[in-house]
Amino acid sequence: MDILFFYGLAAVGVLWSYTKDRQKTKQSLKKAWKAFDTILPAFAVILLLIGIILAVVSPAVVTALLGANSGIYGMIIAAIVGSIALIPGFIIFPLAKTVLGMGAGIMQVAVFISTLMMVSVVTAPMEAQLFNRKVVLLRNGLSLLFSFVVAIVLGKVVG
Amino acid sequence: MAILKRYKWALLLLIADGAIYAWNHSLGMNIFMQTSDSFVQMLSFIPPVFIILGLLDTWVPREQVVSHLGPGTGIKGMALAILLGVANAGPLYAAFPVAAVMLKKGTSLFNVIVFIGAWATLKVPMFLFETQFLGGLFSVTRWICSLTGIILIAFVIDRLLSDAEKQAIYAKH
Repeated sequence: MDILFFYGLAAVGVLWSYTKDRQKTKQSLKKAWKAFDTILPAFAVILLLIGIILAVVSPAVVTALLGANSGIYGMIIAAIVGSIALIPGFIIFPLAKTVLGMGAGIMQVAVFISTLMMVSVVTAPMEAQLFNRKVVLLRNGLSLLFSFVVAIVLGKVVG
Repeated sequence: MAILKRYKWALLLLIADGAIYAWNHSLGMNIFMQTSDSFVQMLSFIPPVFIILGLLDTWVPREQVVSHLGPGTGIKGMALAILLGVANAGPLYAAFPVAAVMLKKGTSLFNVIVFIGAWATLKVPMFLFETQFLGGLFSVTRWICSLTGIILIAFVIDRLLSDAEKQAIYAKH
């Protein structure tokens, strides 16, 4: 998809909002800036890290650990890292693109993305306060299993 | 000082980059090129994504919606729970307080779990990001799969909980 599409979408949104309610539009843009400002330090870190990873880590290492031929073992490694790590959403995708470019397989990357978003070991205690232990175990466990299903589908469709 | 503190990790990495450059010029140059490339790429499409995020945040009326999510609201209630979840960009733990309000207002457990799932993995700003980096085929396929998955997961959990367990959850809020 073209970048222009995003700009078009944002422009249409702002115009629509402006005709409806100027105050809310102003508020939206302020929120947009605040969200960007909040995420920027983490952004800068990941971009700098990606720069170093690309230059230092050899693609052979990535391919061996997470390449298409790493099969289920690569997917399990990706699932473990994805379930434990707490990486802000905006950072997942540049990182995923980087490791894909270095030779990681689609299925391994898909498991990583899916577990990162759906399975959260670190916040499980918070989630248990909201529901109970059983719900948390079921939701995270089923999400973990499901991440492999998503990966297999993506491997068939995209790979 | 506050700025320095916020960017301390970025600054440390910059210093590391500098050290690498001093140690090996060509490797340092390589890192510099890679990094500046990704910065340019990011900054070129970040503005619209965050503007859309801001608009979603102000225009989606969470409180009013929550009262339409009780048990027996069927497909409509589920669709609203999904919409409520996708119009966000926050981390998963930011969804928990919203989910607590939903439980307090009597949203069905099924809808709350669907909401959490949608928030976790179907968020619109993330979808735009994913499309930009991994391509439309990847992002659309994953979105559709995940949508199916979170509904199935919520359904299974809802079935596996006894009425007493559900009541105990509602009693907490």
